[in-house]
This record gives sequence, C-alpha cells and structure tokens, in this order.
Amino acid sequence: MSAADVAPAASQAHVAIRPEGRIVTVARRRGMGIFVLILAVVMFWGFGLGVPTSQQATFLLTAPPAVAVSPLVMSVHWVSMVLGILAAALALVLMIRRSSRGAYLIFTLGVILFFWAFLMWVSRDETLNFVDMLAETLIATTPLIYGSMSGLLCERAGVVNIAIEGQFLAGAFLGAMIGSVSGDLWLGMLGGAVAGGIFGSLLAFLALRYGADQIIVGVVIVAFCTGLTNFLTEQVLTPNQTTLNSPNTFSPIALPLLSKIPILGPVLFDQNIFVYLAVVLLVAINIGLFNTRRGLRVRAVGEHPRAAETVGISVMRIRYQNVIMGGVIAGIGGAVFTLGSVGQFSAGMTDGYGYVALAAMIFGRWRPFGALVAALLFGFAISVQSFVAIVRPEIPSPFLSMAPYIITIAVVSGLVGRVRAPAADGKPYTAEG
Amino acid sequence: MISADATTGSPGGVEPPGSGEEPAGGDGKPPASVGWTRYLRRLSEANVVVVTILAIFTALVIGAILILVTSTAVLHAWGRVGSAPGEAFATSWHTVANAYSAMFEGSIFSPSAVGHAISTGRGWTAAFSPISETLVSATPLMLAGMGVAIGFSTGVFNIGAQGQLIGGALASLYVGFEVHATIWLHLPLVIIAGAVGGAIVGFIPGILKAQTGAHEVIVTIMLNYIVLYLLVYLLTTAPFQQQGQTNAISRVMPNSARLPHLLGSGLRVNAGLIVAILVLLGASWFMRKSTLGFTFRVIGINPDAGRTAGMNVKKVTVLVLMLSGALVGLAGMASLSGTDFFMATGYGGGVGFNAITVALLGRNRPLGVFLGSLLFAAMITGGRNMQAVTGIDLDLTTVIQALIVFMVATPALVRDIYRLKDSGRSLTQLISKGWG
Repeated sequence: MSAADVAPAASQAHVAIRPEGRIVTVARRRGMGIFVLILAVVMFWGFGLGVPTSQQATFLLTAPPAVAVSPLVMSVHWVSMVLGILAAALALVLMIRRSSRGAYLIFTLGVILFFWAFLMWVSRDETLNFVDMLAETLIATTPLIYGSMSGLLCERAGVVNIAIEGQFLAGAFLGAMIGSVSGDLWLGMLGGAVAGGIFGSLLAFLALRYGADQIIVGVVIVAFCTGLTNFLTEQVLTPNQTTLNSPNTFSPIALPLLSKIPILGPVLFDQNIFVYLAVVLLVAINIGLFNTRRGLRVRAVGEHPRAAETVGISVMRIRYQNVIMGGVIAGIGGAVFTLGSVGQFSAGMTDGYGYVALAAMIFGRWRPFGALVAALLFGFAISVQSFVAIVRPEIPSPFLSMAPYIITIAVVSGLVGRVRAPAADGKPYTAEG
Repeated sequence: MISADATTGSPGGVEPPGSGEEPAGGDGKPPASVGWTRYLRRLSEANVVVVTILAIFTALVIGAILILVTSTAVLHAWGRVGSAPGEAFATSWHTVANAYSAMFEGSIFSPSAVGHAISTGRGWTAAFSPISETLVSATPLMLAGMGVAIGFSTGVFNIGAQGQLIGGALASLYVGFEVHATIWLHLPLVIIAGAVGGAIVGFIPGILKAQTGAHEVIVTIMLNYIVLYLLVYLLTTAPFQQQGQTNAISRVMPNSARLPHLLGSGLRVNAGLIVAILVLLGASWFMRKSTLGFTFRVIGINPDAGRTAGMNVKKVTVLVLMLSGALVGLAGMASLSGTDFFMATGYGGGVGFNAITVALLGRNRPLGVFLGSLLFAAMITGGRNMQAVTGIDLDLTTVIQALIVFMVATPALVRDIYRLKDSGRSLTQLISKGWG
C-alpha cells in the first residue's frame, strides 16, 4: 500500500492530481444503472400503477419566516409514473454511455427521484410538510457533521478515531450538566468541548505515546464513556434532575432577509448556533486541509509519516494536535444532542450516531464536503423515517428504526466503491533513533 | 499464561524469559533457588501477569475514587473536614470498603453465610450461591469472549457480539419451542441452533468484507442495532410472542430445551459451563494444532504472506467471522437455555462489550479468556450485590472493566506508572490494520 503505490503516482502527474478520486469502473457504473432501473420499476408499478388515480399527495412548502408558497398537490399515480420513466432514462444513460464521467451525479439524481416518488406514496391522502422535513434533516445531520469532521481531522493525520461515539456521550453529558448548573448555554457548549477534548487527549496519549492499537483504545473509550455517563447519570443527575440536568436549549436565530427565502430560507437560515457553527467548521476545515501549509503537513503525516519527519515536520506534534482538536469537535457535536434539541441528558442517547458519522466520513472519501453529502443522506433518512412512523403506523416501527443503520451498511459496502484511506491511517508511528 | 505467551507470542522467535541464566546453576547449587530468584525478579518485571494484576489493582483504585466523589455522605464529611478530620477519612474508608466487600460477598462467598452453614449444617445453598452466580455469568462470557478472541487473533475486529448473541439466542429459542423431542435430542438441537444463528449474523460482515472491502467494525456495530430492532419486531409477532401478551416478551423454553443444573436445583450453575469449557479446549486445539487454525493465525499476523503461500484470504475472512459468530451465538444459547428461558427486548445487553474486554484481557488465549471471564463475571455479579446493598450503580463495573482494558492494551503505561523493569518483550496487542 505504501511505497509501491506512491512511486508511480508521483511519476504520472494526472494520477497524482486526484489521488483519492473515485474510480468508477464500467462494471460499477453498470451496477449503478441496474440499481436505478430497479428503483424505476418500483416507482412505475409500485408507487404509480399500484395506487388509485384518485389519491393525491400534498406537500406543504411554507414555514413561518419565509414568504408563503402555495402547496404542491400531486396525483400519486401519474406523477410517480412520470418520475419512474425519467429514472429509467437515467438508468439507460448509466448503462449505455461510454464515459464514466458524472456517473455519481446521475446516480444521485435517480435516487432523489425515487425519494420524491416514495414520499408521495407515503403521504398519499395525507399532508407532508416538506420544509419541516428538510429542517429536521439538517437538525439530524448536525451532530453527524461534527462527528465526521472529528474523524476526518484524526484520520488525515493518520490516527483512527473510532471513539467519536464516546466523545459524543461525554460532550452531551458535561454539556447538559454545565449548561444546567451555570444557566449559561455557551458555558455548556464549552463543557462539551472540554469533555470531548479530554477523551481526544486520552486517545492521543495511549495511541501516540504508547503505540496502543487505535481501534482497541477507541472501542474501550466508547465503553468507558458509556459506563461512566450511565453511572454518573444514575448517581448524580437522576437525584438532582432539576438542578443538574435541565439546561435550556439554544433557540433558532433567524438571519434577516435570508430566512424569508421560500422553502430553503427557514431550513438553512433559521437554525440554532450549532448548525451555523457546523457550516463554518466545514468551510474552515476544507480550506485548512487543502489550502494551507499546515493542511499539507497534516496530509503528509497521514500518508507517509517517515517522509514528513525527514523534511522536519513533527509527526507526533501534528498528530497530538489533530486528535485533541478532533475530540473537542466531537465533544461539541455531543452537546448538540442535549443543548441543541432535547434539553436533557439520558443514558446512551447518542444511539450509535458516532459510528454513523464515521461511515459518513468514509463515504465522503475523507473530504469535508463529501462527508457533508453523506451526513445529509443519513439525516434525510432519519427525518423521513420519523415522518413515515407518524403517517403510516401500519409499517412496523422497528423496521423504520433500522433504516439509518441499513443505509450505513449499504453505503460502506456497496455504494462507496473502493475508497483509499490515508496510507498511514491507524498505524502507530515510532521515530527512528 | 506465561508459557502459552512464550510459545505463541510474536513471530520473531522469542526466547523464553530467563532461559539465558539457566546454565549458571551448574556448580551444585540446588536448582530450586535459581527458580526462586528468577521468580522474584519476574515480579518487578513488566510481564503479562504483573501488568494484568497491576491493571486490575489500579482500576479498582480509580473505581474507589469514583465512588468517593459521587457519594453525598463522603462529600458532606469532607465539607466538615476542618472540624472533624478523622470523620472524613473514616467515612471515605467505610464507603469504599462497604462497596467492595459487597462486591466480594456477592461474587465469591459471604463469610457470614458460610459461617452459618458450617455451624448449623444447613444453608449450604445460600453459601454457594454467590460463586454459582459468578459461574453462571462467566459461561456466556467465556463463549462470546473466545469468539471475539478468535477474530482478534486473525486480524478481524468483531464488535458485533451483541447482535450475534441475539441471533444465536433467537435460533435456540425457536428450536426450543417449535421442536418437541426428548431432552437427549432436543438439547443438542438447541445448542446447534445457537451456533448456527450466531454464524448467520457473523456471515454478513464476513461476506461484505470479503466481497466489497466494507470494514467489519462499522458493519458489525450497525448490525448490532439492526438485530436489536429485529428482536423488538419478532417479539411482538407470532410465533415468538408469548400468548396472551401485548408486551414484547417471547414464549418460554420447555424443560427439554433447558441445560440441566449441575449442583442441584437451588443453584443456577448449569451444563452451559461444561459446554463453555469444552469449547475453550476445542478452540485451544483448533488454533494451535489444526491446519485451518494455522491458516487463521498466519493471516492474522501477515495476510500478504498468507496470500503468497496460496491461502484464500477472502474465504478465511468469511470463515473467521462465521466461527466467531457461532461461538458468540453459543453464548446466547447458554444464557437463554441455562438461566433465562425467554427473551425480552435488549436481550443480553452488556455481554457484547464484555466479550471484547474479556478477549483483550485474556490476550486471545483460551486460558486467558477463561480467567478473564471469571474475573469480569465476578465483578458483574458482585456489582449487582453492591448496587442492592449500597445503592452504588452497577455501571461502575463497566468503568472498572474499561480501565483494566486500557491498561492491558497499553502495558507500557503500567510499566511507567509502577516503574517496572522492561521484560524485553512487546506486550502491546496490535490487531487492527487501519481501514484496508
């Protein structure tokens, strides 16, 4: 993986430009085409022909601060059939076309059409508030963004941070407790950051100083945080629920003018501080990683630490800094769970989303905006799932709850394709004496 | 443990510890004294036994600190430390001593109960009950721990014990209430079903890793959640749901599907323990003597070498996860058919994580898994007694377990804390190989 791969990449300039690009083989492109074709068939027959022509789906497109837009009323039968035909056309393009360029874009379009038809089918004779659904998507996405940024910072420097879930829990716990005791939400957020930072430091200390197996340490940190927060919740929070575990939550801040944009305005510009901060973080990490000297060093350390050390970069210092920073970010992401929406810590409340965030990072090929797209996909699945559970009680709710986890497996196994992690990811590094 | 470590340790041909000093005793000195000094020297050296014992000790100390800082009585006493300094220390000592002695009495034996049994000749069941409960808890840990350990020593990180355990238990349960036969036929079928159920859940991450390269860590964790929800669904539908129930509770296993008790009906220790010990012995033979076990180990140490030697790494990956899942599935069978007899939502919670800690503590060796299971089982059963007696939450034991594993996974940390001598061998366990 290391030396043999690096040498040819350096000699062939056009390969070196996009070393992490998705390689879309013909077989994979055809596979995607077949998948979209199956979706098209389901749309045409299942959601289209299978539904009486009388049934209509109503999508509300207006939420308070925005300018009102009239709701969208569609005949499920006819619109699904049209969407099915469109998707079939996309599938044919994927299968027949010579070039693989833009294959993922076409694929994504096909999936979006499917979601559209699916949502119509689910809300036949019902009303779906589409703006609310998108807003909930963003809310569900926010902690995933923090988590995947945490993982990305660590792994770009060559350290696997599988402890995100634990840092989430620690951040959620301390965030709620400090936010509650001090009555100051900003202090609560700081508390979350500190809690995450502590466990980031622990990972860094054990993995870097002592060369321990990073995945073992990560898994045990999750277990430790789960046990510790469960223990402290039982011993400390539960007896003092009103004083220690009832912080306020950050209220949404509507940005002037922007929040009045129809449909997307309330979704994007009437959110709480965590959402805005996540966007800032994404942009900052993207620029920091790909456009600064420090970012280049971080990537060098993650790809080939020995070479980085040779040109005078301190591998250990960069790794320490990034892993601790990653912990801080995951801690803030944990605080989203308590200070962003629920306003209370409960044991095990992060539900494995730390791992989902990690999957988002992998799906996003260790790039901030790639991770964002993946996180949005998961967020959307979570939001759709809670909507379906309300409108269609006849579908067993356990199956709906499974959906985000099944999508995660599908994503890491099928849809990702062959991704390439930073070459030195997860490998302990010892300087040569 | 030490001798096992030397034979199957790092592949570089490690010398048995202290072998260089042996010939020095050739001048008529009794060899026993040489062994004795060597034994003393070993005590100050960072070897497996010393590191493990110090890790347990340190974790218990940190656990004690946690008990102190979360106890209101202790905090009150320290608030008045100016006026009554003795009381602060006394309260602290009593709080910790009560907690840990409750843990001991709940897991090993209670001196008063044993004294009562000796003096009156009755109540032996009560006297043996704690140790029986520890063995009962240890049984699934041994099986699941060995399952995870086989994965670890093959470079496969199976965190899906939770899901595989439920898979095994579900299969056993189904065969338990659907098949009607005598115990001699029924029980073996139930046992096999447990292994098959676990293997099926293990097959999914195996085939996905082999075919698509999906990392087993993420897939197994996600499967844990999926299987948990599947269980919720199955428990509310026929044929699993108990008749006349609206809650998510399963039907009950008939007597012919239950593992028989070993020491009378009053003690819950059952034949599952025998199954577990047989499996551990089998695993020991398998990993050290069998061809397939050798293949597993080679691929665990160096998959490229294995591939070059003509081993089918993909096939082995699937096999490892299935075998690992099968053993974990047996753990589900053992707790279902041994003590629980029915399933409810969240079944087997905790065993999945404990299996990982047991495997790490036992350094993936059958004897280590055996001892590690006994230790953690004692902590869990003792922890329940501690919660009942002192009101300190049971989750403290999870924290202590995690602390132990932190230190076992980084022996150099323990060496530095206690300024031990370097044993000259790396004790760090490296299992994962990034996301490759």
